[in-house]
Amino acid sequence: MTKKEMSPWEVFIQPKTGAHFQHAGCVHAVDKEMALQNARELYTRRQEGTCIWVVKADHIVSSSPEDEDSFFDPANDKAYRYPTFFKVSKKAKGL
Amino acid sequence: MGSQSLFNYVLSLGDDALISAQRLSEWAYKAPYLEEDIALSNISLDLFGRANLFLEYAASLKKEVITADDLAFKRSEREFTNCLINEQPNGNFAATMVRQFFLDAYNKLFLEQLINSNDKQLSAIAQKSIKETNYHIRHSSNWMLRLGDGTDVSHAKTQSAINDLWTFTSELFEMTENEEEMVKKKIGVDCRELKSNWDEIINDIFKEATLGRPQDEHMKTGGRQGIHTEHLGHMLSDMQYLQRAHPDAKW
Repeated sequence: MTKKEMSPWEVFIQPKTGAHFQHAGCVHAVDKEMALQNARELYTRRQEGTCIWVVKADHIVSSSPEDEDSFFDPANDKAYRYPTFFKVSKKAKGL
Repeated sequence: MGSQSLFNYVLSLGDDALISAQRLSEWAYKAPYLEEDIALSNISLDLFGRANLFLEYAASLKKEVITADDLAFKRSEREFTNCLINEQPNGNFAATMVRQFFLDAYNKLFLEQLINSNDKQLSAIAQKSIKETNYHIRHSSNWMLRLGDGTDVSHAKTQSAINDLWTFTSELFEMTENEEEMVKKKIGVDCRELKSNWDEIINDIFKEATLGRPQDEHMKTGGRQGIHTEHLGHMLSDMQYLQRAHPDAKW
């Protein structure tokens, strides 16, 4: 017999086939199946998705607030990284 | 007479769903944690939806104009024909899971057969409901494994609930005269034929969850005849209060 502890899991939902998974929120669970079922209960009751991912929260590696300057500020003055210098054809759809 | 026996049959299926739904709904805002609270409420709502489909159909079979609400709120205890296990109190969380597991396994097998009914309406209700029940049994059987093969306390509570509820399980596989007639007309399901598959589902989970199967002793019956355990009356007094106190109240 084993005693398992509840832990937080992050939930990602794919809104439709082929689409990106989007973070929906989190659930508590003791195992994978419970995490999946709880995610289904909380986040897909109104047909929000076609597929669910659950990931144990401590398996996610996050940058910390102290990293903000070194990670993100250098992008501030690099306008050439934005694709704003192209003209978009009016016929192009879905961009 | 033909339509009366179909009415009685559909009504009993509606009562099973309604009483089960009402009992499960008592967990709302009281479950062990938030996610499970929502899970139990969702399952309860699935069953209320199913009850509504059966009772609306039953009401439509009557010559007089009645509604599903009339059937749900204006009949007395002796007029309800649900199987007794549906009305048993929630007890602790393990007891609720054991009751739901027994019922989910039964409903899965029953609905799989009801899909083949000659009655198009019953077949359609079964097709819609089986998807829900396939999820319900996944939920309850996972809990059986977690609780049975969990801690000493969870194992003891689950085994105790099995021992208490076992007495109500054989009624599910009994056949009334009316049900026999429905089987002959290829409308209803022969419940006796579901028993061996039900045993298999139960035995597999019991084995994996290290739980013991009780002997069939002093098995209780009577629900289909309207003879209930003491728990149904209390439930109805709560469920029917508003319509009894303020007949035909609407909001």
